[in-house]
Amino acid sequence: MGEMEKLRKEAESLKDQITAARKAVQDLTLQDHTSGTSVVGRVQLKIRKTLRGHLSKIYAMHWGGDTKLCVSASQDGKLIVWDTCTTNKVHAIPLKSSWVMTCAYAPSGNMVACGGLDNMCSIYNLKGKDGNVKVMRELAAHTGYLSSCRFISDSEIITSSGDCTCCLWDIETGTQKTIFAGHLGDCMSLGMAPDFNTFISGACDFTAKLWDIRDGQCRQTFAGHESDINAIGFFPNGNAIITGSDDASLKLFDLRADQELMTFQDSSIMCGVTSLAPSFSGRLLLAGYDDFNCNVWDTLKAERVGSLAGHDNRVSCMGVTGDGMACCTGSWDSFLKIWN
Amino acid sequence: MSNNSANNSLVLLQKTVKQLRLEAGIRRIKVSQAAADLKTFCLLNANKDPLLMGVPSNDNPFRPPKSCALF
Repeated sequence: MGEMEKLRKEAESLKDQITAARKAVQDLTLQDHTSGTSVVGRVQLKIRKTLRGHLSKIYAMHWGGDTKLCVSASQDGKLIVWDTCTTNKVHAIPLKSSWVMTCAYAPSGNMVACGGLDNMCSIYNLKGKDGNVKVMRELAAHTGYLSSCRFISDSEIITSSGDCTCCLWDIETGTQKTIFAGHLGDCMSLGMAPDFNTFISGACDFTAKLWDIRDGQCRQTFAGHESDINAIGFFPNGNAIITGSDDASLKLFDLRADQELMTFQDSSIMCGVTSLAPSFSGRLLLAGYDDFNCNVWDTLKAERVGSLAGHDNRVSCMGVTGDGMACCTGSWDSFLKIWN
Repeated sequence: MSNNSANNSLVLLQKTVKQLRLEAGIRRIKVSQAAADLKTFCLLNANKDPLLMGVPSNDNPFRPPKSCALF
């Protein structure tokens, strides 16, 4: 098996090359660069609204573009679209499968999507002619649970799955356009780049990957976490990504320097990160944890500057509005809360 | 080990090496440059960050301004 041995040696050599190349550009650390910057003052966000209505654990929520509408998914078998200013339920959509793990709002506001243990991504048209919300498409091909989904437009959506792949779908035809394979563990989360040309995925192989949507290639892989990556998102300028893991830490990786710049952890935090969202400027990093809390971090200083305590069970999901006006947290306690 | 699974391992390893070659070949900028850009972005947009600056009640869509109505 000379061929195998040659390839294994080449793989090891390439990994060493990547490590060396990353080190070669490490002329300064982010912490060195911000040593003169003062930590932001204590951030004390208050609960402005509590969205009541779900009868079971909430697993996911997603804001509707630049609006104050959001969609939430609960294992009570419902998707609810909320007007968060009035707390009114705009739509309450019953699901075929109650084992939902993710939901998404299309940027246009015309559709929502969800999926979970049914291995499918179901697309719902909110603007149907008769006013009823119906299933528009059922995207079925994944051989594992649907962990996350994000719309690119009304005609394309990206999904991540427990089958270790992500997929780009044509919603109109209900077919797979591109399969993004490479992770060695369940894909748990995905994040869309602000310019919609790339996306990132976090997986149970402890790595995050950056994918080119059009050519299907994995461009970069980021290792460093010591456990599953449950949450992932882009820094607002699109040049860095943030990951949250079961190893109780968050990490900031810069895409152009191709390496980790910061770790957000504290010896007093011993439970996994479930969700994360940067504030509008990226200066604040909000993160939800298994211990029912959320922490607010100063992104440039890696110091904790606040916490959001208000849920009686795990915080499973969170998101910041497009204009940065508020943060929404969703919990296993069946409530969503709006903070600012 | 059957021929088929040996072939599969080979194909997998070839794919892994191909991917590693791709990732090794990307252009990287200096961390000092990356750090500077991150810091600049944060500072430039700080004023437009409501969660950072705080939201006055009048401008808060989640908090109707207090009015007193007795009827």
